[in-house]
Amino acid sequence: MVGITAYGGYVPRLRLQRQAIVAANGWFNAGLKAYGRGERSMCNWDEDALTMAVEAGRDCLAGEPPEDLKAVFLASTTLPFQDRQNSGVLATALSLGQSLLSLDLTSSRRAATSGLVTALNAVQGLGGRALLVAAEHRRSKAASPFEMMSGDGAAALLLGADGVIAEYLGAEQAAVDFVDHYRGQNEAFDYAWEERWIRDEGYLKIVPPVIEAALAAAGIGAEAVDRFVMPATIRNLAGQVARRVGIKPEAVVDNLQGVMGDSGAAHALVMLSHTLEEASPGEIILLVGWGQGADAILFRTTEALRTLAPRRGVKGSLARRKEESNYAKFLSFNNIVEMDRGLRSEVDKQTALSALYRNKEMLIGMIGGKCRICGTVQFPKSNVCVNPNCGEFHSQDDHPFADMPARVQSWTADNLTFSLDPPQHFGMVVFEEGGRLMADLTDVDVGGVEVGMPMRMVFRVKEHDNQRGFTKYFWKAAPAPSG
Amino acid sequence: MATGIRDKVAILGMGCSVFGERWDMEADDLIVEAFEECLKDAGIERNQIDAAWFSTAIEEVHVGKSGVPLAVALRLPYIPVTRVENYCASGTESFRGAVYAVASGAADIALAAGVEKLKDTGYGGLPQRGRGVLNSMYWANASAPGSFAQLATAYQTKHGVGRDELKRAMAQISVKSHANGAKNPKAHLRKEIDIDTVLNAPMIADPLGLFDCCGVSDGSACAIVTTPEIARQLGKKDLVSVKALQLAVSNGTEASHNSWDGSYFMTTRKAAERAYKEAGIEKPREQISMFECHDCFSITELVTMEDLYLSKEGEAWKDVLDGFYNADGQIPCQIDGGLKCFGHPIGASGLRMLYEMYAQLLGRADKRQLDEPRLGMTHNLGGFPHQNVSSVAIIGRYEG
Repeated sequence: MVGITAYGGYVPRLRLQRQAIVAANGWFNAGLKAYGRGERSMCNWDEDALTMAVEAGRDCLAGEPPEDLKAVFLASTTLPFQDRQNSGVLATALSLGQSLLSLDLTSSRRAATSGLVTALNAVQGLGGRALLVAAEHRRSKAASPFEMMSGDGAAALLLGADGVIAEYLGAEQAAVDFVDHYRGQNEAFDYAWEERWIRDEGYLKIVPPVIEAALAAAGIGAEAVDRFVMPATIRNLAGQVARRVGIKPEAVVDNLQGVMGDSGAAHALVMLSHTLEEASPGEIILLVGWGQGADAILFRTTEALRTLAPRRGVKGSLARRKEESNYAKFLSFNNIVEMDRGLRSEVDKQTALSALYRNKEMLIGMIGGKCRICGTVQFPKSNVCVNPNCGEFHSQDDHPFADMPARVQSWTADNLTFSLDPPQHFGMVVFEEGGRLMADLTDVDVGGVEVGMPMRMVFRVKEHDNQRGFTKYFWKAAPAPSG
Repeated sequence: MATGIRDKVAILGMGCSVFGERWDMEADDLIVEAFEECLKDAGIERNQIDAAWFSTAIEEVHVGKSGVPLAVALRLPYIPVTRVENYCASGTESFRGAVYAVASGAADIALAAGVEKLKDTGYGGLPQRGRGVLNSMYWANASAPGSFAQLATAYQTKHGVGRDELKRAMAQISVKSHANGAKNPKAHLRKEIDIDTVLNAPMIADPLGLFDCCGVSDGSACAIVTTPEIARQLGKKDLVSVKALQLAVSNGTEASHNSWDGSYFMTTRKAAERAYKEAGIEKPREQISMFECHDCFSITELVTMEDLYLSKEGEAWKDVLDGFYNADGQIPCQIDGGLKCFGHPIGASGLRMLYEMYAQLLGRADKRQLDEPRLGMTHNLGGFPHQNVSSVAIIGRYEG
């Protein structure tokens, strides 16, 4: 049997209060008030689909990439690079090695669910596991309902034949060029048609036959579905689909609209991961993906679900939250409004691609060195051991730093250096096993940093080279989860 | 075995431009302003200079690279001119080059000149500058005050000093330097301030406020050096000679090895130990008459007082509050206003410090003149606390 062997999730810490959007834009679009409850997740300025994918992937792999990992798939419609394989960056950040099939899946919000079917089929042929990650960070026009209802997030699934926690029971698809919304080449924003038409002529006509076909092929009755996972922002749409096909109402899984919003191509996997966190062994899960057609995928959870190592998951991410009421900050972080960045921001940010390639394990993978002679762990890895009592030449082996616990030795909140979210916090971060780094701090608040504070490294945007359309990534220190 | 530099080289003359926002001056104008004073003081002709060392640090915002800008500014007669750069300690590097050239016998008379024209960037603070291809990919997004602010949190933690106590001591450091700078006609910032002004100033990089940060200035300074024998032959009576000249450079230990706690400068301690040995000083707290340290930020000055072994570790803040380093204290520090008020045109700063010590030793310091100083020390630092270059120079009256 093949299926899901592990899951992971990530939702950014910042939660924009929808009331803050209404307060700012209600004068312009009075209809926004209808969407004004709850909060939506919001990327920090240094987060994007790729950094969220790395976090979801880390959560899913729980610090130990399986040795039989054969493929990495990354699904998103908002990948930072159009031509630089984003899944390749993901694989490097996760230190998965080079013997991999890596592929980006994009251009539809169905990318993740179609990718899931593809990856499950591939697992049988590859003779090993596959990692599927989905992430989305969409920009939206100010005062649009889309802005209110969207959220940023990511999820990951590890697929394989050993240790299956949710057995794959089969899938059906329909490919229908039903354009409820689209985003043209090089366009920043989605363009959408009327919601009632999308509901009546789209979801309610296209999805039910696909579900019925999937259930029939698997020999499962609709009433046997324990959890029905279907993302949709239209109110109670999943409930209507469930009623139409005979799925019991209590099986309909909450779409997380109140706590994070809809994360586009990632949302089906975000909801599925969240569902797996809650599920018990022996449950039937029906996952539906929507976007120019539909995917219906069936799983049955197994006893192995009970023994899966604990992880942060979507639930833990949702609990790690900070309310954000500053709508202007949201606009700035998403580059919707042009802030006066000042002369200090005008530094040339060109990346020497040759140097990036030479140092990709260090920069993207956070790999340092460990001296074979004295055991000193150090970052970066270098030719000569940094231990003053050693100094051996060419004695260091690769040593991973990304998951090593660390603490703040010294810090500051810098108002002078240019930052998209001033003051810029940074400090000397000292790793538990040895080694240190004067590192940027992220996801911290003014007044919230202390000497000795436990930190966890996270993969983030270092800076944007807007002149050349390049995004630089490196690792930063964020407060470690407590407990 | 090396015998050191002590008393092998004398200062023949020094010059220093007015420091400040010299909107009407190019770098070569500043060089000429300092050099004319220096040459007059030395009492020689320009063509008697055998070789020159030229220090600039952020040359990309003014003169560009190489020794050529100095040679052109002064129309030097095709002599060797070497451009040196070692972060903010560049000024002392040019002095070291000239002094070593004389000590080696390769030159009879050598020039050290430094300049920085920083105020053509369009914004306050130090110019943004390149950090290297790889470094720029992973170094923290840090300003200079942000990097040095790290000292404060580490110092507080190590010595159990409260934030408010430390802020007050840091503020006193700036109050003292402003009091001194107000008496210096060449200083950039010439206004006395009170402690509340410092404590209530806008925050630059926590806990460093505006008045914890030195000025960013245009300026130039230079020195002409020779042997004591030649100086005598040229008619000089009261000589100031070099007693020690040391430099220590980080090798990555502070940045990458957990043996460093972040509260002090490993480099300064090494350089100070070697300098005292070279100068034959055993009890610096009793023997050093005065010093200029690299007070780029108040906290830098505070920990440097300990790293130079003038205050006991963890006690400099008390010495500061006790007035030990005031103009009327036991070891006046920054008697010319320091980087804080005289200003910080980077390539010139190390030479500016020596200029004041030299003037004091010769009794030329006018309203700032101290009573019979015998040994003056300078400390010129560049980089960041976790990766830096630190030089210590001691000059004094020549007793030979």
